[in-house]
Amino acid sequence: MSGHEHSHGAPAAPTPDAGSSTARLLFTLAFFGSLGGGILAYTYQQTLTPIRKFAGEKVEAAVKEVLGGPATIDTLFLVGDKLSQELPAGADVLEATKLFIGFNEAGERIGVAVEEWTPGFAAEVRLMVGFNPTTGALTGFKVLAQTETPGLGDKIAKDTSFASRFMGKIVNPLKGTKNPTTDPSTVQTLTGATISSKAVIKVINKAVETWKPRLEAYEKGGGK
Amino acid sequence: MTAIGVEIAVDAPEPIVPGAPSPQPLWLDFWRGIADDNPVMIQMLGLCPTMAISNQLSNGLGMGAATLFVLVCSSLLISSLRKVIPNEVRLATYILIIATFVTISDLVMQAYFPLLSRTLGAFVPLIVVNCIILGRAEAFAGKVGVRRAVADAFGQGFGFMVALLIMCIVREVIGSGTFLGFQLFGPHYEPWVFMIMPPGGFLTMGLMFLTMGWWGERKKAKLAEVAK
Repeated sequence: MSGHEHSHGAPAAPTPDAGSSTARLLFTLAFFGSLGGGILAYTYQQTLTPIRKFAGEKVEAAVKEVLGGPATIDTLFLVGDKLSQELPAGADVLEATKLFIGFNEAGERIGVAVEEWTPGFAAEVRLMVGFNPTTGALTGFKVLAQTETPGLGDKIAKDTSFASRFMGKIVNPLKGTKNPTTDPSTVQTLTGATISSKAVIKVINKAVETWKPRLEAYEKGGGK
Repeated sequence: MTAIGVEIAVDAPEPIVPGAPSPQPLWLDFWRGIADDNPVMIQMLGLCPTMAISNQLSNGLGMGAATLFVLVCSSLLISSLRKVIPNEVRLATYILIIATFVTISDLVMQAYFPLLSRTLGAFVPLIVVNCIILGRAEAFAGKVGVRRAVADAFGQGFGFMVALLIMCIVREVIGSGTFLGFQLFGPHYEPWVFMIMPPGGFLTMGLMFLTMGWWGERKKAKLAEVAK
């Protein structure tokens, strides 16, 4: 019975809000979308310089740390699978894969630093690895990114005594052991964090194995 | 329960929108978010970021500040534009507005607080889908005047921050033995690492809810006694 009795009321009653037109809906969304887009474009431009500056500084600080404070640093870029002093036009310096060469005050090469990574216990373990390409000796490493277990695996980044176990070790390649060792190519792993420790060793081996031949090829090719 | 006369007296030019929150003095709109209607402890919203980032006090401060910024700005904009936004696309519009402010705060954090931004990681961009913010937009800011919406946003924002800080302080002090990164107990304290891992988060959160529940029950009992 209710269906018929409505006829006496205003005919447009049941449609909610008289229904906004499709054009108005589209316009509203387009308006807020472009307004947001415009504001974000501006914010992005304003924050780009400090963001890039920080990213560059972070890498530079890591390079200096793993090379023990070089006087000057040269940068080589990986183009294809060859090292080159120059980046192809249009490539982003921050995005490029780089090799840093550190020199002391006398101009002698003290080592090279590269970024490498491997899957760890949780996610990727990313390191800056410094080594002497002539002797294969490690000059240091710094953890750039890791999400290992707090209190156990994250000691690879937080425990300075762990990093000091690597100092001067010869990479040919490096091995891990659970016991204290004096072997020049073996490092004692962290108790309770064997996988994280081995990830660090793996990254270091990978860095030396990948980058030493590249550097040698570059020097043979008459670069420098 | 509330007479029309009272409603008009409080927020005079506001026509009453269906489903709008009942009129209240401004300070109560603010205070409700911190105490009686706390987003984390009472409404149980925003628990994911609360769990995930509360192992360090600096994280809590950063996350709380970012959420407060987004909440206040989006509430302000949504409330002032509530008559322009068509009902059918209101949620989409709210999300656009919220996402804009979240991205602003993410970029600003990356630029000026890079270390904090790194530790918070994905959780700053994820403020977009934080129920607290969309919840306030839909339940409050989209239905009331600007002053009330902003007061409410500040209340909910600070309420979220208070809950975060409680979790952060408990977890950082016990789990790392530090307060804002400063060593508290000297070198011989072995931190109870459990507390900065996820299980410690669940434990802390449970204890916080337990305390709040006990406190609420006690308040209720007292009121009942007075009523007798």
